[in-house]
Amino acid sequence: LAAWCFSQVKGAIDEDVAEADIISTVEFNYSGELLATGDKGGRVVIFQHEQESKNRPHLRGEYNVYSTFQSHEPEFDYLKSLEIEEKINKIRWLPQQNAAHFLLSTNDKTIKLWKISERDKRAEGYNLKDEDGRLRDPFRITSLRVPVLMPMDLMVEASPRRIFANAHTYHINSISVNSDHETYLSADDLRINLWHLEITDRSFNIVDIKPANMEELTEVITAAECHPHQCNVFVYSSSKGTIRLCDMRAAALCDRHSKFFEEPEDPSSRSFFSEIISSISDVKFSHSGRYMMTRDYLSVKVWDLNMENRPVETYQVHEYLRSKLCSLYENDCIFDKFECCWNGSDSAIMTGSYNNFFRMFDRNTRRDITLEASRESSKPRATLKPRKVSTGGKRKKDEISVDSLDFNKKILHTAWHPKENVIAVAATNNLYIFQDKIN
Amino acid sequence: MECAVDAQSLISISLMKIHNSRTQRGGIKLHKNLLVSYVLRNARQVYIKEKYAEIYRMQQYEEVMTVCNEIQELNPLDPEPEDAEEEDLEVAALSCCAPLQDGGGKEPETSFYRSCCMETPGSPCDPFAGNGSHCNKTTVLDLDTHVVTTVENRYLHQDCCCSAPQCAPVPDSPVRKRKGDFGCCASDLEEVSDFSASRKRVRREECTDPNYTDTSNISNLISIFGSGFSGLLSRQADLEQICSKQALASLGAWTRAIVAF
Repeated sequence: LAAWCFSQVKGAIDEDVAEADIISTVEFNYSGELLATGDKGGRVVIFQHEQESKNRPHLRGEYNVYSTFQSHEPEFDYLKSLEIEEKINKIRWLPQQNAAHFLLSTNDKTIKLWKISERDKRAEGYNLKDEDGRLRDPFRITSLRVPVLMPMDLMVEASPRRIFANAHTYHINSISVNSDHETYLSADDLRINLWHLEITDRSFNIVDIKPANMEELTEVITAAECHPHQCNVFVYSSSKGTIRLCDMRAAALCDRHSKFFEEPEDPSSRSFFSEIISSISDVKFSHSGRYMMTRDYLSVKVWDLNMENRPVETYQVHEYLRSKLCSLYENDCIFDKFECCWNGSDSAIMTGSYNNFFRMFDRNTRRDITLEASRESSKPRATLKPRKVSTGGKRKKDEISVDSLDFNKKILHTAWHPKENVIAVAATNNLYIFQDKIN
Repeated sequence: MECAVDAQSLISISLMKIHNSRTQRGGIKLHKNLLVSYVLRNARQVYIKEKYAEIYRMQQYEEVMTVCNEIQELNPLDPEPEDAEEEDLEVAALSCCAPLQDGGGKEPETSFYRSCCMETPGSPCDPFAGNGSHCNKTTVLDLDTHVVTTVENRYLHQDCCCSAPQCAPVPDSPVRKRKGDFGCCASDLEEVSDFSASRKRVRREECTDPNYTDTSNISNLISIFGSGFSGLLSRQADLEQICSKQALASLGAWTRAIVAF
């Protein structure tokens, strides 16, 4: 694991955090040039990586705001008397095919395809209207001219190109773009739908785990993802800590899985909260497509797709919380859904914790590190100091005791640049960008 | 598993969470409620095990009390004021259990959700089963006081305000529907007699409160049900076999609320 240093922080410094500003998703695009965040207020902010300056090549460029737009608004379902939150649950980029960038953003019910394009030229010299846009008096037009494209200040426009609505009864938790670049899937608590990016008025339901009698419900879908290379394969995780891999070629309805991944429960660790902490909050394929990673409340597990009966690697994120589960249940923290991510080469994984801590695990050396996203350690290019939570009786210097952790400061969303050692960490309403130490 | 003393507060906390989830922005979160129902089931299992242990210990005491009851019951319709209160109590107890004995698990007017723990006749906690009727146990939670109470066989269990002597079994008869507040403390046996007098007065006041509407009952009094989703019962231990289908049917009330969106 490289030494990490602070690069930038985005967002208000104010201690009073507005709920709408809380970041709810973070995602790099395929090249890493763009970094998108979504928040609880339904807004999307896209940052663009600026080129390194020629005179200071040892520093990576910075990410600066590229585009901001309101993706979703609060809605009201009159039939069910329910308010639909505008919170952006997930953003997923499409691979770039032309000058414009496309991303999918979703709230609980509706997915939208956004086109983000640049405009740096403007046509001038229209015949029928003058420069203000007002229509010219036709009698005053005495000659024809051809409009000319003139340079203008760069403007980045975001426009909704497709709206995929009314396909989900339950809350959408995942979207995933297929490797065919034509389809994508969306998953809610009980169903998974397959869409074509061009078609908004219908989708195919490919997984449905809703029981005939809702009182027999025992598990829900918690996350789903398409395989990075095999466009017929996807996985979905459940609240029971299991993962199912499905092949869309096998049947139209993928209720029967091709593979079923489950680790047997350790009966000695049974508690009131066993079911809650085994619920999987995120599932991510490795870039290679050979592994997948799952996150439950206390650990991250790496699975080999060829081995269903247990994970190949298990990393404890914050095992010291196991004795605190009762209070974490009372204050609802036990329901926090942490995400996880791979680095570009699949050699390391990262996930968040409390007290603005986040953890990285090196799969090769088995070393791990705990870092903190805080304003105090936010000096330019300052190296982040590893943190440690003291679990035993004696607390060493610089260690933090479990009881003094701030459970309101949670890092649920992190993202790793697909090619470089640059990471984005969302801490409530702030976005931290860290990079590894060069030289 | 954590000790049973936590089970009761976990049950209370869990029901509060479910109750609050109905008014949360964005609608009821199915995933979270499912997880909460698992905690509820786990806590209830522990709670029941603890209660059974207690009941078994209590059996000796109750046998002694039975003899005392039989002496006191010689004149149940004594017109003294104290006995009039006892009648109210009996009626209140009856009204709580009567819908269960109608075999519906439905809630006509007594508007608290209930679950019925059907026990086989002849079980240790059923010393008064006279006419062969099953001993019904109902566990209720008062959201205001966060107290769990168990009602057994048409009279109140020893962890309730009313001690056994005042709650003699009465044959089935049409009763006034009372919206009884069973929010009494799970007191130790020694304190039962101390509580009974003051609790009787409380009950009279609440029962005669004209503003005590159905809707307020629904929000104030939620009982512990067999499990959040009956599918969970497939993993039950022996104790869970005593839960009747009625109890499962009664789940419908709140699970339908979750489904209906």
